[in-house]
Amino acid sequence: MISQFFVLSQRGDNIVFRDYRGEVQKGSAEIFFRKVKFWKEDGQEEAPPVFNVDGVNYFHVKVVGLLFVATTRVNVSPSLVLELLQRIAHVIKDYLGILNEDSLRKNFVLVYELLDEVIDFGYVQITSTEMLKSYVFNEPIVIDAARLQSLGPASIFMQGGKRMPGTAVTKSVVATEPGGRMREEIFVDIIEKISITFSSSGYILTSEIDGTIQMKSYLSGNPEIRVALNDDLGIGKDGRPTYDYRSSSGSGAVILDDCNFHESVRLDSFDSEKTLSLVPPDGEFTVMNYRMTQEFKPPFRINTLIEEAGALKAEVIIKVRAEFSSSITANTIMVLMPLPKYTSRASFELEPGAVGQTMDFKEANKRLEWGLKKIVGGSEHTLRAKLTFSQESHGNITKESGPVSMTFTIPMYNASRLQVKYLQIAKKSGTYNPYRWVRYVTQANSYVARI
Amino acid sequence: MAPPAQSQRSPSPSQPSGKGEVSDLKSQLRQLAGSRAPGIDDSKRELFKKVISYMTVGIDVSSLFGEMVMCSATSDIVLKKMCYLYVGNYAKVNPDLALLTINFLQRDCKDEDPMIRGLALRSLCSLRVANLVEYLVGPLGSGLKDNNNYVRTVAVMGVLKLYHISASTCVDADFPAMLKHSMLNDSDAQVVANCLSALQEIWSSEASSSEEASREREALLSKPVVYYFLNRIKEFSEWAQCLVLELVGKYVPSETSEIFDIMNLLEDRLQHANGAVVLATIKVFLQLTLSMTDVHQQVYERIKAPLLTLVSSGSPEQSYAVLSHLHLLVMRAPFIFSSDYKHFYCQYNEPSYVKKLKLEMLTAVANESNTYEIVTELCEYAANVDIPIARESIRAVGKIALQQYDVNAIVDRLLQFLEMEKDYVTAEALVLVKDLLRKYPQWSQDCIAVVGNISSKNIQEPKAKAALIWMLGEYSQDMHDAPYILESLIENWEDEHSAEVRLHLLTAVMKCFFKRPPETQKALGAALAAGLADFHQDVHDRALFYYRLLQYNVSVAQRVVDPPKQAVSVFADTQSSEIKDRIFDEFNSLSVVYQKPSYMFTDKEHRGPFEFSDELGHLSIGAESTGHASQSSLAIDDLLGLGLPVAPAPAPSPPLLKLNSKAVLDPGTFQQKWRQLPISLSQEYSVSPRGVAALTAPQALLRHMQGHSIHCIASGGQSPNYKFFFFAQKAEESSTFLVECIINTSSAKAQIKIKADDQSASEAFSTLFQSALSEFGLP
Repeated sequence: MISQFFVLSQRGDNIVFRDYRGEVQKGSAEIFFRKVKFWKEDGQEEAPPVFNVDGVNYFHVKVVGLLFVATTRVNVSPSLVLELLQRIAHVIKDYLGILNEDSLRKNFVLVYELLDEVIDFGYVQITSTEMLKSYVFNEPIVIDAARLQSLGPASIFMQGGKRMPGTAVTKSVVATEPGGRMREEIFVDIIEKISITFSSSGYILTSEIDGTIQMKSYLSGNPEIRVALNDDLGIGKDGRPTYDYRSSSGSGAVILDDCNFHESVRLDSFDSEKTLSLVPPDGEFTVMNYRMTQEFKPPFRINTLIEEAGALKAEVIIKVRAEFSSSITANTIMVLMPLPKYTSRASFELEPGAVGQTMDFKEANKRLEWGLKKIVGGSEHTLRAKLTFSQESHGNITKESGPVSMTFTIPMYNASRLQVKYLQIAKKSGTYNPYRWVRYVTQANSYVARI
Repeated sequence: MAPPAQSQRSPSPSQPSGKGEVSDLKSQLRQLAGSRAPGIDDSKRELFKKVISYMTVGIDVSSLFGEMVMCSATSDIVLKKMCYLYVGNYAKVNPDLALLTINFLQRDCKDEDPMIRGLALRSLCSLRVANLVEYLVGPLGSGLKDNNNYVRTVAVMGVLKLYHISASTCVDADFPAMLKHSMLNDSDAQVVANCLSALQEIWSSEASSSEEASREREALLSKPVVYYFLNRIKEFSEWAQCLVLELVGKYVPSETSEIFDIMNLLEDRLQHANGAVVLATIKVFLQLTLSMTDVHQQVYERIKAPLLTLVSSGSPEQSYAVLSHLHLLVMRAPFIFSSDYKHFYCQYNEPSYVKKLKLEMLTAVANESNTYEIVTELCEYAANVDIPIARESIRAVGKIALQQYDVNAIVDRLLQFLEMEKDYVTAEALVLVKDLLRKYPQWSQDCIAVVGNISSKNIQEPKAKAALIWMLGEYSQDMHDAPYILESLIENWEDEHSAEVRLHLLTAVMKCFFKRPPETQKALGAALAAGLADFHQDVHDRALFYYRLLQYNVSVAQRVVDPPKQAVSVFADTQSSEIKDRIFDEFNSLSVVYQKPSYMFTDKEHRGPFEFSDELGHLSIGAESTGHASQSSLAIDDLLGLGLPVAPAPAPSPPLLKLNSKAVLDPGTFQQKWRQLPISLSQEYSVSPRGVAALTAPQALLRHMQGHSIHCIASGGQSPNYKFFFFAQKAEESSTFLVECIINTSSAKAQIKIKADDQSASEAFSTLFQSALSEFGLP
C-alpha cells in the first residue's frame, strides 16, 4: 500500500503528483529530492532505492533520467513497490510511445487518467496496458521520436540505421497511425547482457549471461502465439548431464541456470518441445528472463601492457580483438581504464588508418577513455598511450591502474546461442500473415579485464 | 490528490507564477460555463488542462472551485475526469464548496454507463470531508451491489475511504459485514482482493476496541478463508496474489500434510517474473517449514536459483530489493550458499549499496574450501578506485581472517596491505592487524615486524592511530623503538584531537613502562601530567586513576593495567539474535532492506494489518540484563521518598496450581500460540501505588514475576502505559499459559488477557498471577 506517487524531473520539478491517502506531508517531494541529491556529503555514494526519513519510506526508480517515486508510512514489501514503479513507467511508455520529460509534460492529463486506474487508495488495481485501455480516454500527444532517446533496452535497435524497424519501440499502443489502421506486426527481442571478469593472464574468472526475451505485439484480435526455442535447451543444474567441455567451443546444449516467465506464458509443452505459448497482452512485456553461467565464448579479448619508460613516464598498450564472425559488427564500443592518481598527461597513438575512434584522458577521475564507433568481427584494434607522471611511480603502476572495462552493443549476436526457432501465430484466415521481427542483441553489463 | 499550494516553493522561471494567470483562468471558465456552442468541450479541455497543470506544479488554484463545478455539467468523459481530479484535490480545503459537487456526483453515481458510475463514486469517496459522509452511505451501498465489477471494485475501496473519514458511519452502516460477504462470494477477483485489503485495515484498527473485530481479524487466518484464497490464487492479478500470499504466510496449518499441499500448490509461483510474487511465495515457504529443519533447508536450496535470477534481471532497483533478501538468507544460513560465492563478486559499475551487501555476503560464506579465492577477489577491490568500497573490502578480509582457522595466507595479505602505501589502506589494515592479534597472539612476531616499519606520522585516522598505539604498548618488549615512538607521540599531546587516541596513549605508555621501566619513565611522567591537565573528562580520569594506582603499588598497577591476556575467541556480534529473528519474521518487508525490525522505523498507527506480531516486536525482549535499571529505580525511590503508607491489596489465598520455574518458550512459538488460542480470561486488576512506583523500572517487574515462575517474553512501552507478555508452564505437564498485561500507571490498573492450552486452569492461573502482581513493589 502506498500513500503518494510522483514523478520528478532531473531538476526536481513535479511532473505528476498523486496523493492517494493523505498520510504523508505535502512537502515530501522536496524532502525526497534533497535527500537523493545530497545522500553523502562527498557525493561518492548514490542513494539506495529505498530509504526512510522521519517515518516516511521513500521508494524510487530511475527511468530515462526521471525519478518515479512512491511514499508510504507502512512497512510494505519493497519489492512490490519497486516492481510497481517500474511497471507504471512501462505502462506510461506503452501509451505515450516515448517516455521522457517532454512527453510526460505534454500528456500529464492522460498520465493522471492512468494513475487513477492503476492505484486506488494506495492499493494496486490494474497494471495491464490492455485492460487499462477501456478506462483511458485522452489521446496521447505523440512527440517527435527522432531527436529523443527512448526507454528500455529495445532502443538499441534504433542505432542500426535502416536495418531495423525502429518505429516499434516508439509507437503508442493506442495512437492510431497516420495511415489509418495499425500495421499487424509483432516484435520479439532477445537481449543478453554479459558479465565477464578476466584475470590478468586472460583466464575467465567469472562469467554470466543475463537474458530476456521481450515481446511487443501490435496484433489485432489477440491471437495465440507459440515461441519455439532450441531443442537442446536445458534448465537448472539437473539439465546438465555432466560437465560438458565442448560447450565452451561453441557446440553442445544450451543450459540455462534458471529462468522465469511472464504470467501469460503457458508452459504445457515447454519440457517436451521447448515451446512457450501465450496470448500476448498489448504493450511491451518480458516473456522470459534467464540466467546462464555455462561457459561461453567471450566476444572480445582485451590485452593490456604497461611498460615503464623512466621514472616519470610509462606506455600503456591496449589491444582489443573481436572474436566473432566477420558478418557481424559491434557498435558504440567504449574502453575505460583508470590510471594512477599521479598521471598528469597522456598522449595517444592509434594504428595507421584508424577511423571513427576517439581518445581522451579525463583529468578529473584520471581515466583513459577510448571510443570506437564500430568493430567488425575478427578484427583487432590497438591503442598506445604515453603517460607522464607528476611523481615517481616506484614500480607500482600496475597496482594503481585498471582494471580495464568495456561497454559495447552487438546486434544480431547472442552469446548464449539461445534461439527463437520459429514464431507461430494462430491464423485467423489464409491471408493473415503479420510481420514478425525476431531480433538479437548482446550488450556488456560488466566486461572487465584485470591487469 | 495532487498537492494544493506548495506556496513556500518558488516556481522555476519556466512555470507561471500564479496570481494573474489564475484570475485569467477564472474569467475564461466563467465565459465557457453557460455556453452550449459546438466545440465548446475542446476549449474547456484546454482550460481544465491548464488548471490541472498549475495544480501539479503547486500553484493554488482552489479559488476556481466554483467555476470548475459550474463547468462540470458535461457529458465529455475526459472533462469529467479532470474535474473529478480537481475536486478531489481541493474539497478538503473548501468543505463548503464541496457541497456543491455532491449533487452532480450523486447524479453521476446513477448514470447508466458503469464507467461514469464508478468514476463518480470514487470521486465522491475521495472528497475527504467529514460532514459530507452522510451522502456516501447510499451510493456506496448500491455500488457494492452494482452488477458491474468495475463499480464494485471502486465501491469496496470507497468503503475503506469512508472508514478513514468516519469509522463509526462505516461500521454503523454494516459495511464490514457486506465486504466480508463480497469477499467470500464475488465472482470478480479484484473485488475480492479489495475486500481483503479493506477488511484487513478496518478490522485491525477496530480490534483494539472491539472483541468482535478482533475475532473477525483472526477469522481471516482460519483454514476455510485461507483455502478459499489459495484455491483461487491464479485468478488474481500479480499484485493481489502478493496480498493473498501475505495472508497465507500468517496461517498456521494444523497438520504437516497441509504444509506440503500448500507448497505444492504454490511451487510455480517461484517462476514468476514479478519479484514481489516470488518473495511473497518464499516467505510462505520459509514460515511454513520453520519447525521442520530438513524441509526448511530444502526450501533454501529451492529458492536459491529463482532469487539469483531476479537479482540479475530487472532494473538495478528491483534487483536491490531482492538482493537484500538474499543477503538476509545468506547471513542466516551461509553454508547453504558457500558454493555460490562467485555470484556475490562485485561488478565495477554497481552502486555502493549493492557492493556493501555483496561484501558482507562474501564474508559470511567464506569457508575452508573457498576462502583463498574469496580473499584474492577481495584484495582486488582493495586497490579499487572506489575508496569506501576498498576500505570495506579490507575489513571483509579481516573478518574472514577472524572467522577462519587457517589464517596463514590471509595474514600475509593483510601485511601486504600495510606495504601498499595508500593511507586509507594502511589505516584499515592496522585496525585489522590489531583485532587479529587479539585473537591469534601467535602471529605477533610476523605482524610486529611489519607494523614496526610504519611511521606513526603517516597515520592520521584516529582508529588506526589507536590501533598502532595499542600494539606499541602491548608488544613493547618486541618493538625496539616502542618507548621512543610513544614518547614522541606524547610530546605532541596537544595536537592530538581524538580523545580515543589519547586514552590509548595513556594505557600504552603504562604497559610499556612495566616492561621497560628505565626507557619509559620519562614518557610516562609526561603522559600522566598531560593527561591530568586534559580537558576531556575520561582522559583526565584515566590519568588520575593510573597515577594513584602507581602511587599505591606498582605491581598491583601492573596486574590491573597489563594482566596476562587471553585470546579473544569470538568478537561480539553487533546485532542480537532476537533482532535478527524478528527481521526474518518480517521477511518481504522494509525491515529486511533497513536491517532493523519494523518497530524501529514505523510509528504505531502505521504497522501492518496484523499488528500483533509487530506489537511483540515493539517491546524489547525480556531477558536482558537488568542491573542498571533496578539500581536507578531504587535511587529514584529514595530521592522521591516514596515510602507511601499504603496497605497492599489483600493477597488472595495461595493457589493450588504449581508452575514450572524453569519454563522456556521461544518468541516464535509464543506468537504462534498467541495467534491460535482464544482468550480464555480477560480481567482488570488494580495495582498498588507501591507497584506503580516500582514500575519506574519495568525490568524490576520481570524479575519479580520470574520469582513466581511467570516469565516475561517481551516488554515495552513508556509511562504511563506499559505492556508485557508473560508465559508460564504447569510444573507437571507442558501446558502453557500466555498473558498479555497492560499496566497504566496513572490509573493504577492492569488489564490482563490470558490464553491457555488448558482453559480449565486459567481461573487458577489468573489468581496466581494476580497475587504475584499484588506483591510487586513490596519491600
